[in-house]
Amino acid sequence: MTLLKVENLTKRFGGLVANDDVSMYVERGEIVGLIGPNGAGKSTFFSTVSGYYRPDGGKVYFDGEDITGLPTEKVCLRGMTRTFQIVKPFSDMTVLENVMVGAFARSARVSEVRDRALEVLEFVGLADRRDFPAAGLTIANKKRLELARALATEPKLLMLDEVMAGLTPRETQEAVELIHRIHERGITLFIVEHVMEVIMPISDRVYVLDGGRKIAEGPPQEIAENEEVIKAYLGERYHAARG
Amino acid sequence: MLHEVEVLRRFAPPRLGRFVVPALLLLLILFPFVVNAAFYVHLMILVFLFAYLGQAWNILGGYTGQVSLGHAVFLGLGAYTSTLLFEWYGVSPWIGMIAGGLVAMAFGLIIGLPTFRLQGHYFAIATIAVGESVLALFNSWDLVGGASGIYRTIVPESWWAMQFHSSKDPYYFIALGLVVTIFTVTRLIERSRLGYYFRAIKEDPDAAKSLGIDTTRYKLYSMMISAFFTGLAGTLYVQYLLFIDPEMVFLLMLSIQICLVPVLGGVGTLWGPAVGAAILIPISEFTRGYLGGSAAGLDLVVYGALIMLVAAYKPAGIMGLLRKAS
Repeated sequence: MTLLKVENLTKRFGGLVANDDVSMYVERGEIVGLIGPNGAGKSTFFSTVSGYYRPDGGKVYFDGEDITGLPTEKVCLRGMTRTFQIVKPFSDMTVLENVMVGAFARSARVSEVRDRALEVLEFVGLADRRDFPAAGLTIANKKRLELARALATEPKLLMLDEVMAGLTPRETQEAVELIHRIHERGITLFIVEHVMEVIMPISDRVYVLDGGRKIAEGPPQEIAENEEVIKAYLGERYHAARG
Repeated sequence: MLHEVEVLRRFAPPRLGRFVVPALLLLLILFPFVVNAAFYVHLMILVFLFAYLGQAWNILGGYTGQVSLGHAVFLGLGAYTSTLLFEWYGVSPWIGMIAGGLVAMAFGLIIGLPTFRLQGHYFAIATIAVGESVLALFNSWDLVGGASGIYRTIVPESWWAMQFHSSKDPYYFIALGLVVTIFTVTRLIERSRLGYYFRAIKEDPDAAKSLGIDTTRYKLYSMMISAFFTGLAGTLYVQYLLFIDPEMVFLLMLSIQICLVPVLGGVGTLWGPAVGAAILIPISEFTRGYLGGSAAGLDLVVYGALIMLVAAYKPAGIMGLLRKAS
């Protein structure tokens, strides 16, 4: 069953068309990747789908309902939570408090929320840092915290915006493992990544954006061999040299 | 290289001993029985009043991060409401106090709805404009005494009329009761979903929204709580002075004083407003008292110097300083 369906989404900023007539869908239980070169409109697409921006055209359906133009907070409460490419921890709050803010989306009972947050911290491996201010975490752990906070809202669909950017190879490996474990919990994942090598092995299907348009979709293997994708990523020169 | 956990431990918040608060409360209850000098009781009443007002401001400005420079309006509306209810209809100031809080809360809602669309400094500027408008309105509104204000009808002292002439002690205990109330309320907020959401909105509104928080709605909640409690204090203020005019309750300077208390003590902390009031009010009263008319406005100079010191060296206020030391 389709969990997320985006039809002909268009988003403009003044004269710039950031997303041009983009359609995508995510089935329940899938891991779907969204890739594309810098400035392709990936983050804008995520922000528009999750209600942070209002679309200029097109429709967004989530869990069978039209959520086009619904504000982010309402989208979150319906079960779609996004993370940010540039991490946004609540710096002066402790790691535990950060995650509790997420968990409060499902309950107002502090003891229940605290238990839930502790469980999520244990799951992502931040339990030993729970009482420290988020400001002092390393980048890799801030990204983990971002994930933990989103997980605490108990989403059906988790939208991850470049959670692996800026990580060392080892940290990236840990993040990939974490994503697999999140998936095993029955959460559907929609992941934006800039680095193709990271996203390809974990995705069931991949979409490619370039210049605001969808240029390809399909299983990772097909995408990796797609002429237009190679051209978009590596540029005309490389393509010419290969040909 | 230090382990991350080691580095983080240095930023760990301090914990106030559980016995400190009850001991402090006991001392404050005994204070008027031990100290007979009216001046010191008067000083403590002012400290309580400003600790209270600072905490009410702190809920909106400190925890939720919406800096208001118009809080005197809520105090004034509360004061006028209970005054008029008493003078026109003979309603007890205790009921007037609640009514004043509700009027202030309603007004907070009305100004919050449009102004919470504004970000940062623009919100603060808008609150100044609201404050100045209300001052102008009351100055020319003859029905409520206009610029000359209202002298309260003096009645024999009683708790029902909240008027006491033989001693300041009852006012002292009313003020202390208000302080205990607002600190308890703030503590409860701090530990509930409300408090977590307020702080999340202050730290990063976009992240807050992504986690399901309706930021506008929670900012309005914060405004209504803050305005309601600020309005309550208006009744004590006017019962204590037994006179009211617009210049007394609606001046920008009063709004700034209210905001300065938590700013000096530590915004967004439970004890910040108490620390701020305990330092600011005595400084202000002593400079005014000792230097008298020859140095009118010197207390304001001292305020200004303190603001600059806090801004330059310790934006987290004195509580931030204590936190670092522990």
